[in-house]
Amino acid sequence: MKILVAVKRVIDYNVKIRVKADHSDVDLTNVKMAMNPFCEIAVEEAVRLKEKGVATEVVAVTVGPKAAQEQLRTALALGADRAIHIETDERAESLAVAKLLAKVVDEEQPGLVILGKQAIDTDNNQTGQMLAALTNLPQGTFASEVAVDGDKVNVTREIDGGLQTVALTLPAIVTTDLRLNEPRYAKLPDIMKAKKKPLDVKTPADYGVEVASKVTLLKVESPAERKGGIKVASVDELIDKLKNEAKVL
Amino acid sequence: MSILVLADLHEGQLAGATAHVVVAAQAIGGDIDILVAGEGVQAAADAAARLDGVNKVRVADNAVYAHQLAEPMGALLVALADDYSHVLASASTTGKNVLPRLAALKDVSQLSDVLGVESADTFLRPIYAGNAIATVKSDDALKVITVRTTGFDAVGSSGSATIEAVDTVVENTQSSFVKQELAQSDRPELGGAKVVISGGRGMGNGENFKLLNGIADKLGAAIGASRAAVDAGFVPNDMQVGQTGKIVAPDLYIAVGISGAIQHLAGMKDSKVIVAINKDDEAPIFQVADYGLVGDLFEILPELESKL
Ligand SMILES: Cc1cc2nc3c(=O)[nH]c(=O)nc-3n(C[C@H](O)[C@H](O)[C@H](O)COP(=O)(O)OP(=O)(O)OC[C@H]3O[C@@H](n4cnc5c(N)ncnc54)[C@H](O)[C@@H]3O)c2cc1C
Repeated sequence: MKILVAVKRVIDYNVKIRVKADHSDVDLTNVKMAMNPFCEIAVEEAVRLKEKGVATEVVAVTVGPKAAQEQLRTALALGADRAIHIETDERAESLAVAKLLAKVVDEEQPGLVILGKQAIDTDNNQTGQMLAALTNLPQGTFASEVAVDGDKVNVTREIDGGLQTVALTLPAIVTTDLRLNEPRYAKLPDIMKAKKKPLDVKTPADYGVEVASKVTLLKVESPAERKGGIKVASVDELIDKLKNEAKVL
Repeated sequence: MSILVLADLHEGQLAGATAHVVVAAQAIGGDIDILVAGEGVQAAADAAARLDGVNKVRVADNAVYAHQLAEPMGALLVALADDYSHVLASASTTGKNVLPRLAALKDVSQLSDVLGVESADTFLRPIYAGNAIATVKSDDALKVITVRTTGFDAVGSSGSATIEAVDTVVENTQSSFVKQELAQSDRPELGGAKVVISGGRGMGNGENFKLLNGIADKLGAAIGASRAAVDAGFVPNDMQVGQTGKIVAPDLYIAVGISGAIQHLAGMKDSKVIVAINKDDEAPIFQVADYGLVGDLFEILPELESKL
């Protein structure tokens, strides 16, 4: 079985973002970029399935600017076999990405597609579900366990009330939650090897997909800042403040 | 304009989130219908019909919609969406699971986690873990939106909307329900609680989370946790507060043994009053806390419980 993993280049999760002075967007100049943490978990899961002999090949794909090839190289260093870069400098929204991925699914015919449940920049949580709809495949979102069993996969999902397990026919789309696995770090020899692994570059036009969306970003603002409060010296003072100042007790 | 709200269900009953989504729908303006889909959901439909401001409740009661699996739910929404300008659901794990399928099949974008309505086509939504708020305008014919319920009040329940059966039945051969382990708790639901007390890695282990019980009982609070506490197996995943867990905005949030990573703050920084209890006086949580108490939680919690 072939596994397709989608990865996204995003701001590093430790970076505190700034909004541009003209409020047109978030300022990403000279900001550290990295693979979206949920995508790392997706790559790890695919590689583990290959190590277990469930999968035979892992293909990583990204939609993004030229620099996103760094994240594909990371995926290759972590164990993906080859990569596809769909290059665009446009702001590619979830729907456009899902359309492009649907074309890749058509071409590659994977048994399983694994994506992160959300990207930590737009926080959309849409692409995997949209891809499932466009390819008419079942979906197991927010996965904390993925168990392939013959021509089915059981996916345990983190839902609001607890955990839910669904059985899906293969091929299927899975999106990862935080507790699915703990991704490994790429070792230096693997990083070297990754440089020689195949990486195909395509454009949205090659797939006949329009990237432009009907959603316009009008402005971006910083949220209302919370004013730091005070330190209290004792439990008694805390209770007094909560009762008489904040009036929440 | 006409708006369809997908009702949230919890164990077959109408969840509190739906009353907030109706307020978001009122801010958009137009006739508001509610779709209740599932198996054996008459009680939930009756509860939805009592929500104020609702035109009618449409009920799809069929085994294929049991557990609201994404594939049949998406197909059902596609079948109904042509009657509407907007389809809304709460940004619950169900709303997030189902609505993008509708959007994709209708070839429109989805706006996730909307927390403010400027007009029928312009909305506010958080990006970058809530560290920026984007104003976005959608020119799509159908607006598909998940709503962050903490951004909107809830409607009351003195209404009496008509209830109408939807007989659309779709097929589902691709996915099936295997099992569910739902946390059982007598405490208020995290998303709707007026007081939340959360524990972090500083709690040390799952047993120690019991130190929060007595305080939660006295305050009528829900109990939450940081990701580190969930990852370490102290408590189950449904208790996680943060960017990728639950978003809460209670009147009072008490963070115990939580450092205050941006991903955690994303889930609670809109709380009215924040209290932090932490032994590290430089922990970032103090930067957002109205009242900070520096010290050992193992001494502070028992004292707090006895003095409340
Ligand atoms: C993609 C991604 C998504 C994430 N999503 C979330 C999310 O949704 N929610 C979330 O919470 N995190 C999330 N995180 C994790 C986040 O970055 C932090 O790692 C996490 O919040 C830390 O949890 P913590 O504060 O409990 O642990 P720590 O950072 O280890 O803090 C423990 C605190 O306890 C204090 N302490 C220890 N012992 C005591 C004592 N005896 N008395 C008093 N204080 C004590 C310490 O001083 C310290 O400040 C996410 C991370 C990533 C990468």
